[in-house]
Amino acid sequence: MTTPQFAATAARVLKQLRNDRRTIALLVVMPSVLIGLFAWLFNSGQMFQRVGPVVLALFPFLMMFLVTSITTLRERTSGTLERLMTTPMTKSGIILGYATAFALFAVVQSLIAVLFAVYVCDLTLAGSMAALLVFAVADALLGTAMGLFLSAFARTEFQAIQFFPLFIVPQIILGGVFMPIDQMPRVLEILARCFPFTYGIEGVANIAAGLGGWDVWRPFLVVVAFVVGFIVLGSLTLPRRTR
Amino acid sequence: MLGAMTSAVTIRGLRVRRGRVQVFDGLDLDIAAGRLTGLIGPSGCGKTTLIRSIVGLQIVQGGDVTVLGRPAGAPELRHRVTYSAQNDGLYRDLSVRDNVAYFAQIAGLPGSEVDRVIAAVGLAGQAKQRADSVSGGQFRRISLAIALLGRPDLILLDEPTVGLDPVLRADLWDMFARLARDGVTLIVSSHVMDEASRCDDLVLLREGQLVAATTPAGLLAETGLADADQAFLELIHRAEGVQP
Repeated sequence: MTTPQFAATAARVLKQLRNDRRTIALLVVMPSVLIGLFAWLFNSGQMFQRVGPVVLALFPFLMMFLVTSITTLRERTSGTLERLMTTPMTKSGIILGYATAFALFAVVQSLIAVLFAVYVCDLTLAGSMAALLVFAVADALLGTAMGLFLSAFARTEFQAIQFFPLFIVPQIILGGVFMPIDQMPRVLEILARCFPFTYGIEGVANIAAGLGGWDVWRPFLVVVAFVVGFIVLGSLTLPRRTR
Repeated sequence: MLGAMTSAVTIRGLRVRRGRVQVFDGLDLDIAAGRLTGLIGPSGCGKTTLIRSIVGLQIVQGGDVTVLGRPAGAPELRHRVTYSAQNDGLYRDLSVRDNVAYFAQIAGLPGSEVDRVIAAVGLAGQAKQRADSVSGGQFRRISLAIALLGRPDLILLDEPTVGLDPVLRADLWDMFARLARDGVTLIVSSHVMDEASRCDDLVLLREGQLVAATTPAGLLAETGLADADQAFLELIHRAEGVQP
């Protein structure tokens, strides 16, 4: 029996992560630490109830963006991607492999963060915890898909890190946490509605507020559409032939 | 001389430009099947670009590169042609075995093949070590093990012996010769002329120009010199003498 290429790739990526214990510890523990910091700061009050769910959406998204950007960039610069291109490896095998590995990792990361937020920090969750987890994983996949695509435009790891303030921070500022989107200046409102992560935040916030149905499905489908879009764009950035 | 043998690689009118540099401007070359061909020339002469063109990784501006009867880079060649780049292309944070096993899995090869190639390059004792913890020579041999996976018909190795000690270099060249005897076509680049004598055929390159396609004996006979290094320089001087 042969292992499908995407499964072999996912296993390989997870093995690489496993060999880097410090990174695993940071990825697993840091979301909870920062959620705890918010809870402490706002004394688990009303402000925390507003920010908490957003933080649960934020960490899978931005951490997977950074991890994916760096790992794919390393794959490009170390010559392993070039080597893969000379083998029977398919592009979908590479991309789905990364997506699978980071989705699995995001499940663990989000589960710990959600349990910590609800049981330790007293985050009130009106909606279902399972739905929140599924949405957090979708946000992680959004980060992975954006990282896969955008890392193609970075030549060095320093540049890849700079993509964080360039592409991620504006999405956080305009994501509806600091100000509801419909109260923003018109231009910023339009920008906010174009940003994928706006929908990532909206879905998680709606689930936490106990909303259901279309209020959750609509942002979920938008996030999924962005994931698919970025993965398709990402596969275009993996040419077999280069200069 | 090579006309009677079948060609593994046929190159006609290859033109490659990298940035502002025209690396090849109409290169013609045949590489015989089942032989160990050395691609020899100084750094920057186009060895890597030529190998990348044969593997199908290089964007070319013109010409035909035919490999085992198919256009270079054709999907059906990916099971039959392997390539080990100068920078090795390995996952430094994985074990020796995990590196080899990953490339075996994506080619649909069984675990027994992983063990075979690891043993073939003499790394059975280091299989569980991380790739970045083994010696430089062992590191290069991981890359070589991956190139042996699936018993390919054509193996391209870019400077596989750079930075290795003389004993290890001799071991590797012995292994290349054994593979060629078993019918594998090997194209091995080197900038060290004394490795030329280990090859069946020689392709001498300089600044994207084919200086000579010959054999080690032919090179010495043609120049009347006893030393391959001197012979290569002699050919270059002759070529420059002919040019206006």
